Parts: sequence; C-alpha cells; structure tokens
Amino acid sequence: MMLVFLCFFLIPLVFVIVVSFWDYNEYQLLPAFSGRGYTDTFEGCIAKLPELCTIGRTYLMTLKLCFLVWAITLFIGFWVAYFLAFHVRTRTWQMGLSLLCTIPFWTSNVIRMIAWIPLLGRNGLVNSGLIGTGLIKQPIEWLLYSEFSIVLALVHLFTFFMVVPIFNSMVRIDRSLIEAAYDAGATGFQTLVNVIIPLAKPGIVIGSIFVITIVMGDFITIGVMGGQQIAAAGKIIETRLNALQFPAAAANAVILLAITFMIITMMSRIVDIRKEL
Amino acid sequence: MKEGRPFSFYVLAVFFAAYVLFLYGPMIAIYILSFQGPQGGLTFPMNGVSTYWLSKLFQGTGIVDLGASFRRSLLLGLVVMALTVVLSVAAGMAFRRKFKAQGILFYSAIASLIVPSIITSLGISLEFRIIDDMIKTHWSDRFETSMGLLTSGLGAHLTWTLPFGLLIMFAIFNRFDPRLEEAARDLGATSWQSFRHVVLPIILPSVIGIGLFGFTLSWDELARSSQAIGPVNTLPLDLQGLTTTVTKPDIYALGTIISAVSFAVIALALGTIHILKKRQAAKGSDAGKGLV
Repeated sequence: MMLVFLCFFLIPLVFVIVVSFWDYNEYQLLPAFSGRGYTDTFEGCIAKLPELCTIGRTYLMTLKLCFLVWAITLFIGFWVAYFLAFHVRTRTWQMGLSLLCTIPFWTSNVIRMIAWIPLLGRNGLVNSGLIGTGLIKQPIEWLLYSEFSIVLALVHLFTFFMVVPIFNSMVRIDRSLIEAAYDAGATGFQTLVNVIIPLAKPGIVIGSIFVITIVMGDFITIGVMGGQQIAAAGKIIETRLNALQFPAAAANAVILLAITFMIITMMSRIVDIRKEL
Repeated sequence: MKEGRPFSFYVLAVFFAAYVLFLYGPMIAIYILSFQGPQGGLTFPMNGVSTYWLSKLFQGTGIVDLGASFRRSLLLGLVVMALTVVLSVAAGMAFRRKFKAQGILFYSAIASLIVPSIITSLGISLEFRIIDDMIKTHWSDRFETSMGLLTSGLGAHLTWTLPFGLLIMFAIFNRFDPRLEEAARDLGATSWQSFRHVVLPIILPSVIGIGLFGFTLSWDELARSSQAIGPVNTLPLDLQGLTTTVTKPDIYALGTIISAVSFAVIALALGTIHILKKRQAAKGSDAGKGLV
C-alpha cells in the first residue's frame, strides 16, 4: 500500500513542485530552472495594483464559492446528522436512513450534475412552474450556468461528506451527558450550544476539511454547471493543461496546494484528526 | 410506555425528507427523461414515452465508442476493487500492531484523500510523461507511452479508493474483539488459520463494503482520470465530454445506464452483506446450546 502511495501520490506531488519551476515553450518542457510558471501566472498583477488582477479575482471567486458551499453544507449536514443521531431511535431505521443518504454518493457525480439541467434550464421545470403560477413573466436566466447553479450542485454533491463525520461524532456522545444537561435545567437550545456542538466539533472540522478541499480543487462541477464560463482555481489548472503549459499548470497547483494546506492547518489546530478515527 | 416525540422531531423529519428529495429528485428527473419520445428535447414536458434514446445508445451514436469505454470502465473498476480490498485488509491488519512507517502511511493516506484530485492527476501525468521521455531517449524511439488504463489510470484511482478502504478497516477493527483471535491461537490455530477461519468471516460484510466503495468510486471517478488515464477514455470522461456538445436526450440515456450499473452493484453488495449478516446471526454463536 505504501508503494502505491509512493508511486502514485508522493512522487507525483514532488514532480508537480519540480516541474512548476521548469521552463517551457509552445510544445515541450525544458528541464531548466525558471520561475516562468509563476511569473506568467501573476502576469500584470503588480502593474495593476491596487486593483486585483485576473488571477487574484479567480482565487477570490474560488474562496467565495468555497465559503458559500461550506456554510450551506455545514447547516444541512449538521441538522441531517442531528436528526439521524438523536431522533431516529431504532438501529434499523438509523441504518436504513443513512444508507438512503449514502446511495447517491455511490452514483456518478456527472450524472448528478447534469440532472439539474432539466430542472433549472430556461425551459426547465422551475422556470415553467414559476411562469405557470404567474409569479414571473420571463424565465429566470441565472438559474443555470451561474454561481447559483454551481453552489447548488456542489452542495448537492458534497453534503454527504459533512453528514458522515458529524453523525459519527454525534452517535458517540454519551446520552447521559444530555440528560444531565436537562436535569441541570438547561433548555434545548442551551444543551445544543453548550453540550452537543462542542462534542460534535471534531466531526464538524473533519467534514469541513473534506468539503473545503474538494471545492478548492474542483473544476468539473464548476465547468459543467458554470457553462465553462466561470473561472476558479482548479479550472485554471485544467485550462493550462489543455494548452500543454505544464509548468504553469504545476505552478498553479502548487499555489492551490499551499492555500489548501494553510486552511487545513488552521482547522486541524482545533482537533487532532488521528485521534478521532 | 412510549414517550411522545418532541416538536423538534417533526421539524427535523420534514427537513430530512426535504434533503432526501433534494438528493434524489433531480436524478429521478433524468431517469424519466431518458425515456423521452424520439421528438423530445432536453427538458420536460415529455414528448411521448419510448426507449428510443436508450436503444440508440446501444447501436452507437457515432460520436464516441461508448461500448469500448463501457468495457474499459468496467475492467478498471473490477481491478481497482480487487486491489483495494486486498491492500486495505492487509494494511488494516498491519495497523493493529505498531510498525515503523505507520505514521507516514497514515498521513499519506489522509493527504491523498484531501489533496485536490486535479493536483494528484497532474502529478501522475507529469511522472509518466517524464518516464516516457526517459524510455524514448535511452531505449527505443518507437515507444509510444507508458500511460494507460492499467498503469497511470489504475494508480490514480487507487489513490482515491485506498484511503476510503483504510478508514473503513480502522472502523472495523475498532470494534473487533482481539480475544477471539487469542482464543483461536490458544486452540492451536496458526496465524493464517485464525485469519482465515476467525477474523475473515467476522469482517467479511465490511470487506464487501470496501469492495463496493472501491468499485463505485472508480466507476464514477472523473477528476483523477482526467489527466492520468492516457490516450483512452473511461465512461464518465465520455459523459463529461458529451455535456458540452450534445443537445439530445441520449446524454440522459447514458446517465441512466451508468447509474443502472451503479445501482446493480450497490444492490448486489448490500444483498450479500445482508445474507452474510444473517448467516452470522444464525451460526455465529453456539452459546447456550450445550456441548456439541
């Protein structure tokens, strides 16, 4: 297993970092040290200050999408996990309902993305429904191929990653602690804030790490749901690759990796991941 | 006496139901749409009901060779599944004792899970490109590429499925009672015997779960395959390619077929797990039956 990780994960990562410092021309890699991958990426950034250049705006966009998706999946994930952990009483029902949430995760992501198209499109169900009830006259254009549809699809795809870890920490909470809180006179809300949320925090952090890293690196959902029009960090890498500019792609990958790594370090300050498994 | 449900139960139950609807609704929509009549378009309303688009898919739409990528995906999925199961079980057993590279292995598994897929994919593609260059300069000029379905593609998928397998193994062995193994050893079993006759039967349902993850994750994998798969395409890659060009319901038909395979595999795995658990419940314990 170590061998697999070494060959297909660690060495490739090293190559990404090395190649990001190589030079390139229109059709091949030149193994010589150069910062061109990076300078090309930030081209025109200093000249344009204090305004944000394209790359800055793209990363800002990525972070914005990331934050929106994170907030929404956290909200949905928390309550779904809460329901499964505390309100579903028998084990059979718990298993059945968690399975219900898991099955979509085993089916194709692309299909789950394109599944939104007939609903959100200009002649889609939502628009025709709204026109039918007379709420709007013109079809709403921003439903599909927009930031809205990207966030919607990402939430749809990845809430699962939030539900599982939070559920996992919640079922481990000792019920007598909650009883104790009630006996001590806490209201339901107080119990939630002071007992359940702190104890479910490891799950929340792990779920957040999953969702944030996935969204940071995503280019497929953003590509498909954004109609290939909206730029994000993963998308830059893909575009550079399609143009066969490997060092530039690698440079972007290193930047993305650094940002992701920073976020994870910040979050893992809060919990020790290893202990929670 | 059954105590009454609090009000919050009903609020959350509705919330949960809405979430499930949100999960399944759009998928069901495209399954229905794939039975669109021949004149039908990409959205509702339906223009008659037919299997026109589905059958058209099997004849080959002429755009891409879907049959070939279907077989490729299936092959890759099965190989990935087998390797994931074997390696995860082995690693899971190893992690129960202390060994030197434990920390490194654990963190590389976690890192492999959370480093954005496209970076892994890019790295693998660079690695193989450099290997290719080396082979070309040192051995043979006619060499094409070492990238392919079962080299770089397989590796890319394993970096995605193995961490899942490992985490599931951790979950299993957290609940596993080591006294069972000790008992086997006391009765004179070799370590292979105790694994084969004691450990394996107990963990088998979960091992099938790992296989299920291995296959479905590989079957639907896209981001990692995108750069690392080499000159050929897998089914999800074809599907993604089609999203930008196709304006007919055959894309939904293709989606329905891919999902059908997923669902068949899920049903098969869950069914097997269910049967195995029943057998365990029936035959697992002879406590209270007296001497046999």
